[in-house]
Amino acid sequence: MSALGHVRICDFTGQLAGAGATKWLAAFGAEVIRIEDPVKQGTWDILRMMAPYVDERRGVDFGGGFNNHNVEKRGITLNLRTERGKELLAELVKRSDVVAENFAAGVLERMGFGYERMKQLKPDIVYVSNCGFGHTGPYRAFKTWGPIVQAISGLTFSSGLPDQEPAGWGYSYMDHTGAYYMAIAILLALLHKQRTGEGQWVDLSCTEAGLTLHGPALLDWTVNGRPLRRPGSPHANRSEHPAMAPHGIYPARGDDEWVAIACRSDAEWRALAGVVEADWARAARFGTLAGRLEAQDDLDAALAGWTRTRAKADIVAALQAADVPAAPVAKPAERVDHDPATAGFGLWPTATHSKMGAVRVDGLPVHFSKTDWKIERGGPCLGEHTEEVLTGVLGLSADEVAKLRAEGVV
Amino acid sequence: MSQATALDGIRVVELSHERCAFAGKLLADMGADVVVVEPPAGSPLRGWGPFVDDAPDPERSLAWWHYNTSKRGIVLDLEDEAGRERLRRLVARADLVLEAEDPGRLAASGLDHADLAHPALIWVSVTPFGRAGPGRADLTTDLTVLAAGGPVWSCGYDDHALPPVRGLGFQGYNTACHYAVMSALTALVARGVSGEGQFVDVSMHAAANVTTEMASYNYLVQGTTVQRQTGRHALETPSLPSQVRCADGRYVNTGVPPRQPREYAGLLAWLEELGVAADFPEAVFLEMGAKRDFVDLSKIGQDDEVTAIFGAGREALNFVASRLSAYDFFVGAQRAGLPVGVIYAPEEAFEDPHFVARGFPTPVEHPEIGRTVRYPGAPYRFEKTPWRIRRRAPRLGEHTDEVLAELDRPDPLG
Repeated sequence: MSALGHVRICDFTGQLAGAGATKWLAAFGAEVIRIEDPVKQGTWDILRMMAPYVDERRGVDFGGGFNNHNVEKRGITLNLRTERGKELLAELVKRSDVVAENFAAGVLERMGFGYERMKQLKPDIVYVSNCGFGHTGPYRAFKTWGPIVQAISGLTFSSGLPDQEPAGWGYSYMDHTGAYYMAIAILLALLHKQRTGEGQWVDLSCTEAGLTLHGPALLDWTVNGRPLRRPGSPHANRSEHPAMAPHGIYPARGDDEWVAIACRSDAEWRALAGVVEADWARAARFGTLAGRLEAQDDLDAALAGWTRTRAKADIVAALQAADVPAAPVAKPAERVDHDPATAGFGLWPTATHSKMGAVRVDGLPVHFSKTDWKIERGGPCLGEHTEEVLTGVLGLSADEVAKLRAEGVV
Repeated sequence: MSQATALDGIRVVELSHERCAFAGKLLADMGADVVVVEPPAGSPLRGWGPFVDDAPDPERSLAWWHYNTSKRGIVLDLEDEAGRERLRRLVARADLVLEAEDPGRLAASGLDHADLAHPALIWVSVTPFGRAGPGRADLTTDLTVLAAGGPVWSCGYDDHALPPVRGLGFQGYNTACHYAVMSALTALVARGVSGEGQFVDVSMHAAANVTTEMASYNYLVQGTTVQRQTGRHALETPSLPSQVRCADGRYVNTGVPPRQPREYAGLLAWLEELGVAADFPEAVFLEMGAKRDFVDLSKIGQDDEVTAIFGAGREALNFVASRLSAYDFFVGAQRAGLPVGVIYAPEEAFEDPHFVARGFPTPVEHPEIGRTVRYPGAPYRFEKTPWRIRRRAPRLGEHTDEVLAELDRPDPLG
């Protein structure tokens, strides 16, 4: 039995910010039907043809990221420049519970499928749009990618070290998180619909979603007037609140090897000092949290001097054995292929793609006792399920589909 | 009558913990009746700063305030049988339990899912490595989650003598909480069909691992390892810088360089509007790009004209940035059709006219200190069931009597 097997989603999403949301729903059994443009070969979603690749083959059916984000979905093509294409989309909307999209604001409306129109077709439709700035406000026409969202919402700035430019996020954290909020929005609207029969529109702005992620820092601004842009700030590897010292990323022996260490209490500090067994660690000025915070630059330098000559794994093992929080800065191979906490959780399932074959993908970091997720089928090739969906969902005959194909409608 | 909410009548019992507080807030701000349970000494979160006026006090913790909006708060002493019995009764009429205790801790008190479950109950457990996972749950912090889980490896600077960076804001906890909420809602939708609740095991470590974009899936697909770069995607081979310092000393992200003819046209028009086109020698290449039907980027390095056009697009952005403030660059480039971004500090974003116009800053009354405090607002705009902060975070034990009295009355929801 699946959690969402009763839900059909008409899915215009792409990239990660949208496709990541419907990936969750599809893995829990929702029938997710991706609609793509046959004329542009689905390349609005640039991940369709981008690296990584399983082998030397290239093209719209070989993007590894696309496969990762679109497992368990079906894919059809519809040419929405044609009247017949629009009619078929209208029929699909009538048979769907949810329409999801992450085009720039207004794009779907210009195609003739704004919310008002969709509501006429299906009065209880749930319509969730996800774009950079939302559908209202002075910047509604502005466009974004993940890194632009992160810049504007303050997340790039808050990831950095003093006297350096912002380090930011080395990936589209807000594409992931935009997708999480989008999945949450779809599920909330489905719950409301389940109980009241009422659909609705949800306008998700990725930059606003990013602004919800600063924790108490924004209240420090609105209540105490303290900005994050101030001398010495941000010092992102430290922990001002809750106050901890030492707290940081320290070098380990080897090439670009690092270890994270945090002492939440004086007891943990004393335990660390016991492992280090050096005079500096016994210094009275480091004996209290206030003292360690006061001399944090010295403390970090001394601790780094100790970690630098030791192997990452040895440091983590020794500190954990002494009940001190410590973790490796894990490289991809270490956490994918040599970490029982991911492999044992079933985090890297193998999905079978029609052309790429068996490929490992990101799984979901949860397990349900009764209706757990399942990832077996890879992302759809362009138009892979056009005939299946047009016949199975819309009731067309195979001959009709062949004719539509010849006419360039699908 | 107040407006409809998406989680009308959904009762959540949250055992206060830093790892799941944000998940409870996300549910409460959408209308769930979230009762957050604290020990008599108060949740440890109340000891987290910053504090109002920098005066440490359990009722002035801005961390507590931020993560506990819209919840009701009760005190239960779970070391004591009377407290445990009250928790059992509370859970007996709840739809959902949200907790983040180290594995084994609740079972030792007879308060785990196996002890308290009823058929419709959904139980969401958020733990560092999952309930059955290896690893020291008691030795995890946001920093260790993000380091061991992958994000930290990808973030930092071109100069690898500098350490990789963990972004602020408790993102390791945030990501786990997003997954906890996705799980809770999925289980609620499933229960709406089957009538059955279930147990959900959320691993924070796993959540971080699948929130690293290419770092994970480039390795999974082709066995390669991405390397961190200043302000841009970690990649196997270095890419060109995308952060530029503007005339006011602040930074912008210039994004993906212009590629489309209309983008070159927009850029050129913008240079002309600023009156600086004559100072930019490569403007002629922008004009060439604008007049083309198509700029084939695969020809960069082979076709001299394409190479010059692409280079001129990048250089034009750097050139304009050096002459404008970061904000003016952002707005001007966006109006010219180019997706670039100003690198705001969080407080600058919060005060930006766009977010103010959309009503993102949200006033919340704090009568005890006689202030109205502006909070971060809605992550999404629901047409019919709006996000709303229903009340400030509870004071310690504020709703204990109220909630216990409810337990003594017949359940109005049956």
